[in-house]
Amino acid sequence: MSVRVYDLAHSRAGDKGNTSNISVICYDAKHWEFLERELTVERVADAFRHIAKGPIHRYPLRNLKAFNFVIENALAGGVTISLAQDIHGKSYSNVMLAIALPDPK
Amino acid sequence: MRSTDTVRIGSGAGTSDDRMVPALELSERGDIDYLVFECLAERTVSRENLSRSKDPGQGYAPSLHARLRMVLPVCIEKKIRIVSNMGAANPVGGARAARKEAADLGLGDVAVAVVLGDDVSSLVQHKGELRLIENGEPLESILPKMISANAYLGADVVCEALNTGAPIVLSGRVADPSLFLAPMMHEFGWAYDDLPKIAQGTAAGHLLECTASVTGGCFGWPGKKDVPDLANNGFPFADVKADGSIVISKTPGTGGRLDVMTCTEQLIYEIHDPTAYITPDCVLDISTIALTQEASDRVRVANATARRATPTYKVNVGYADGYIGEGEVSYGGIDAVARAKWAAEIVKERLKRQGFTYDDFRVDLIGMSSLHDNIDSRPEPYEVRLRMAGRTHNRKAAHAIGFEVRALHMHGPGGAGGACEPRVRDVLAVKSILLPKSMVNPQVVVEGTL
Repeated sequence: MSVRVYDLAHSRAGDKGNTSNISVICYDAKHWEFLERELTVERVADAFRHIAKGPIHRYPLRNLKAFNFVIENALAGGVTISLAQDIHGKSYSNVMLAIALPDPK
Repeated sequence: MRSTDTVRIGSGAGTSDDRMVPALELSERGDIDYLVFECLAERTVSRENLSRSKDPGQGYAPSLHARLRMVLPVCIEKKIRIVSNMGAANPVGGARAARKEAADLGLGDVAVAVVLGDDVSSLVQHKGELRLIENGEPLESILPKMISANAYLGADVVCEALNTGAPIVLSGRVADPSLFLAPMMHEFGWAYDDLPKIAQGTAAGHLLECTASVTGGCFGWPGKKDVPDLANNGFPFADVKADGSIVISKTPGTGGRLDVMTCTEQLIYEIHDPTAYITPDCVLDISTIALTQEASDRVRVANATARRATPTYKVNVGYADGYIGEGEVSYGGIDAVARAKWAAEIVKERLKRQGFTYDDFRVDLIGMSSLHDNIDSRPEPYEVRLRMAGRTHNRKAAHAIGFEVRALHMHGPGGAGGACEPRVRDVLAVKSILLPKSMVNPQVVVEGTL
């Protein structure tokens, strides 16, 4: 059994140059510790292996029951020169939400 | 209803292509004191610099005409002051266009305070040794192709422009949150060393700068994050008091939602280290912020903290970097994906035989792998759209991609349909440098009589 990030949190992606930042925000604060333990940089790197070279940084935001993932070299060179359709990587939050994690129970 | 010690600052645009009508609703029904239009994406100033080089009267945001024509009558009547970076690469030209719009609407002589000094292109011509933030190369490497260089100015010079009393303030490049912080500094006399207030004001600016992103736009998800009446979602405003207390809300009677969830998404948007969000005005720490739902569609923002601003301005340097060519065509039904993959190989072969080369090249199967790649793990869809794109300094090579993709109608695998016209666009690349603030000279001039 597993849960997806989608089941516990919502997310939005933003862009600066060739870097994508993706928030993960718990619906319920009680899941924050679980995500802190399980939603590791390694798991995120694996989910983004076809998209981003990294490195990836994870910033915990306990006050906001959230995390900020900053993924470098993620936007095909950056918004202004990218050949991608989604040059901003706006759809990347959906890669984050689809990550499967061990069942918290 | 709101108390008299509150200043209400509305957000009327969060990008040059933002929707128009919500700004009018905000002006008519939002009881606002200020209306801020943030209209410059990273490369907009470069693009407008090119417009100005063709016609010296152009170079401001083209949407200035339509936006001001729409809101000026109500803003002048209600004494709502307008603050905007729609001046882009030609703030004085933008000010003259704004004054003409006002005169044509029968509103008389409307003065515009213009913020200048963000254009540092002459200055950096002699600073080739400065390092590009993105790759550490010297600025010199892109100077020959440079189209524009603009410093992200801060709230201080926008505040100075507001101090003139002009009903409209127009700038070129100014950091987005600074456009919102400036009216607070002007109204309450906040100085840069009053860090708790500067922090609160910057956080509010960041929450407002993307308009509908904090009111349910870019948020809704059916059954999971429902947004009532999203089609009619309203734009946000901040209620600010002299002590730095801030509540975010939105135009009454509009759709959308504004709550702790929407505010949290916007607060983290485009942030890297949450304890060090660098603006020209301060280094904001959002990790300390507490968001609380005070009433329906009203969220209180508290406990923002900040350190003093850095001694440098971030400067965006825009430069011409060749062309991007694109083509698309669709396949449907049995073996759609196999035919699309074969078609891509045929186009690549034809481009190679013509001697065309590309700095970067990409094949997407829209419906399978165009957004998140990883094609081998996706189920085959019923239909798929082949997209091919390449970047090159040879315009003919860029055009050939779309030309050859379209030619698949007659010269490729069976059943190709709906190719688009070949597309070619100029690449306006942007890199950045840091420039000591002491070298930049932000200033204010007034167009018209006060």
